[in-house]
Amino acid sequence: MAVDIKKYSVTRNACKLCTPLGAALAFSGIENSVPLLHGSQGCSTYIRRYMISHFKEPVDIASTNFSEETAIFGGGLNLKRALDNIITQYKPGMIGVATTCLSETIGDDVPMILRDYKAGKKLEDLPAIVHVSTPSYRGTHADGFHNAVRAIVDTLLPVSEDSRYTGEDTTGSSKLVNIFPEMVSPEDMRYMKEIISSFGLKGIMLPDYSERLEGALWFEFKRIQEGGTKLSDIRKMPSASGSLEFGRILAKGESAGRVLKERFNVPLYNLGLPIGVNETDRFISALNEITGVETPDAIKKERDRLIDSYVDGHKYVSQARAIVYGEEDLVAGIVSFLTEIGIKPVLCASGAKSGLLESVLKDINPDFDKSNALIMSGADFVEIEEIAGRLKPDIIIGHSKGYSVARKLNIPIVRVGFPIHDRFGGSRILHLGYRGAQQLFDRIVNTIMENRQEASDVGWSYI
Amino acid sequence: MEAINILEERKKSIFEKGKENHELSCDKVSLAGSVSQRACVFCGSRVVLYPIADAIHLVHGPIGCAAYTWDIRGALSSGPELHRLSFSTDLSETDIIYGGEKKLEAALDELIDEYKPKAAFVYSTCIVGIIGDDVESVCKKVSQKKGIPVIPVHSEGFKGTKKDGYKAACHALFKLTDREPAQGISKCSINILGEFNIGGEAWIIKDYYKRIGVEVVSVMTGDGRVDEIGRSHGAALNVVQCSGSMTYLAKLMEEKYGIPYIRVSYFGIEDMSAALYDVAAFFKDNLKIMDKTKTLVREEINKIYPALLEMRKDLTGKKAALYVGGTFKAFSLIKALRHLGMDVVLVGTQTGSPEDYKLLKELCDEGTIILDDANPLELSKYIIEKGADLFIGGVKERPIAYKLGLGFCDHNHERKIPLAGYSGMLNFAKEVYDTVMSPVWKLTPRMEKNGR
Ligand code: SF4
Ligand code: SF4
Repeated sequence: MAVDIKKYSVTRNACKLCTPLGAALAFSGIENSVPLLHGSQGCSTYIRRYMISHFKEPVDIASTNFSEETAIFGGGLNLKRALDNIITQYKPGMIGVATTCLSETIGDDVPMILRDYKAGKKLEDLPAIVHVSTPSYRGTHADGFHNAVRAIVDTLLPVSEDSRYTGEDTTGSSKLVNIFPEMVSPEDMRYMKEIISSFGLKGIMLPDYSERLEGALWFEFKRIQEGGTKLSDIRKMPSASGSLEFGRILAKGESAGRVLKERFNVPLYNLGLPIGVNETDRFISALNEITGVETPDAIKKERDRLIDSYVDGHKYVSQARAIVYGEEDLVAGIVSFLTEIGIKPVLCASGAKSGLLESVLKDINPDFDKSNALIMSGADFVEIEEIAGRLKPDIIIGHSKGYSVARKLNIPIVRVGFPIHDRFGGSRILHLGYRGAQQLFDRIVNTIMENRQEASDVGWSYI
Repeated sequence: MEAINILEERKKSIFEKGKENHELSCDKVSLAGSVSQRACVFCGSRVVLYPIADAIHLVHGPIGCAAYTWDIRGALSSGPELHRLSFSTDLSETDIIYGGEKKLEAALDELIDEYKPKAAFVYSTCIVGIIGDDVESVCKKVSQKKGIPVIPVHSEGFKGTKKDGYKAACHALFKLTDREPAQGISKCSINILGEFNIGGEAWIIKDYYKRIGVEVVSVMTGDGRVDEIGRSHGAALNVVQCSGSMTYLAKLMEEKYGIPYIRVSYFGIEDMSAALYDVAAFFKDNLKIMDKTKTLVREEINKIYPALLEMRKDLTGKKAALYVGGTFKAFSLIKALRHLGMDVVLVGTQTGSPEDYKLLKELCDEGTIILDDANPLELSKYIIEKGADLFIGGVKERPIAYKLGLGFCDHNHERKIPLAGYSGMLNFAKEVYDTVMSPVWKLTPRMEKNGR
């Protein structure tokens, strides 16, 4: 159901971030890469700061540092200088160039500038350079993320090399599978890789910032933190037995998985973010299909324990009313999970406006219409607060920026997704798979329980 | 260890006392391709104006600039909290093509009707400077319509550095002065400029001045109110902290209202005391003020000194690296750290002027590294070389410090703990102590390797 609320021209407490942030995050998941924002300095400094507060790790994002003259005469020279400087200082394997509102508005032709730049150099001296157009007045950080992932595949795997790939396994014993995991946590990424290898597959995850954005301490200074998808692995993607791409909204548009399918005939498995039993089952059966192998015991047992706990805990959450917000695909995944445990999502909100959220939610749950849940696209937190006030939910599920709403309305919040700015350990929140569902379930049950315990006159010590 | 190359153009911005003798090159825009710790013009304006709690702050531009600055600073208010909301015109593609003036006007109308603020600030971000919206005239129009000041802040990110943002903010503030009658203001009265009430610091400082018998007419801008700023022209003296941002306003007020100004800092024992004594000396006709100041300083120092000495025992000889916004703060911190027995091995600032750096060179010990607008590579290089135990900086520097296995203290606008005044000095010492003396460092690779 759409929401009936006065629409403002102004956005108050945004429930979205700008596109270059997503692109910078995706680029950070490539080994030995440096993200470079083409525009003025503030954008990259703010974005770094925002990401650092979540990941609690160094995040280097370079900027082409526009000045007034650059804005008038164009950013070509700055971009070229920036590339030179990054190459000398970082010796990167890849530079990911994302535009900002400024360079887009003045109309810099980045592909042309890059061609020009490369023309003057010896190709073997240059790192891979990937460009993605990310004006923030078009889309949100989620789009920036997806577009950057697609740009990496698109640029590094040009059509002309088609003939080289036969679709056959080139790595010996284990089959290759590509996995595009969405904007998930480092912990999610590690777990996905674990599952994939337990099927005897070699997974190529793009991007993979599980190490770079949650790594160990250093002995000495590191220009670029370790970890990330290897460029050499990306080059193997066309020969994979399949691509698993998370995100039901993403599936409706252009995507990296689709590029691989169209160019190299790599079978594409469009899956929702595997949150909860149902969506994870779909993910696991895709793996069964690709490998022809039975689900490993350890995973089956995780599923069994999860369902056992669903039964043990169902009464505490049954019919509870929840508000969910965040990136559209995350909202879809969480809603799928909530629906299977008996929680009623009364408001599903996102700052994005793909126009697809409602239909995707219906795809996941055919009974969605009957639930009377409100769906809000292009939402901001002041609007969410206003509606939440009317809906009187029991719980709020989303990232840290909803805390102000939770506090005002005195409703407990369970933090998921990005950013987690007001709590510790955002990188280690597990959302995906049976294990992720287990953690989410435990946290949600306990949050509701704690709330009731606190509110109780007797403060019982057994449940 | 792998050597870290310093970019040729950057060499002039780094100085090691006792070794080199070039003028420090500063005050220019950062190099293309560097990962600078600096922000933009808009950031400078936001920092200064944002604590005004009964005004709305509308960021005119695409969403990011507003989203990333939503409630990021710990500037407290004792009343309204409009400054904690993030408002953006959230320009979309059609606005970029056809102009954002209509949307801006609608946004202002809505916000003013809904929140009934005393004033509105409209921050222009980068693309507004490109698409050519006439922000000035929209503001004028809405101001007439709604009967409150609606002030454009020219803070397009690319049109200069953070310093230019400060200047734009000073212009905006200046427009708010002389809007209220200045009757009933004491002869011994001041405005406090450049104090943003992080963690309640302005309240601490105001209380000191009150106790020595000096009236505080307005604080710009900590716990700030539009009407208070409107009376600020009635004060006898402007006391400027954070000189980098607010000296410009002090000069404007001196020219127009004949209010002289002095520069102070509220960090550390010496500087805090000087800030009180200097004000007392200014009101020398009122002897009571000086007497009360002496008593206050004595009492306050006595309160914190034993605890400081206790911590000093363990901290003596530990090494600190500083990376802060302005040089004035750097001076205070160097002195404060010396009180704790610590050596300062690196000082960097984002926006120092050539004069500032000269003073800094004089104040520092031999071998201290001085940097302008440093990047993470350079900071790390020198932290390791100098074997620092503590890093003082902003949130962006924290992970580097931690990765390298050294303590960290946040001395920026985002912290929640007051570090100004005497009680703030004690908080600062505790912060330093808690991080430097933590046993976790023993487990870090760097320490294990060094056998410490
Ligand atoms: S100008 Fe655009 S890219 Fe830069 S912070 Fe603002 S929204 Fe993001
Ligand atoms: S767009 Fe301009 S004003 Fe906004 S953050 Fe970026 S540099 Fe600053």
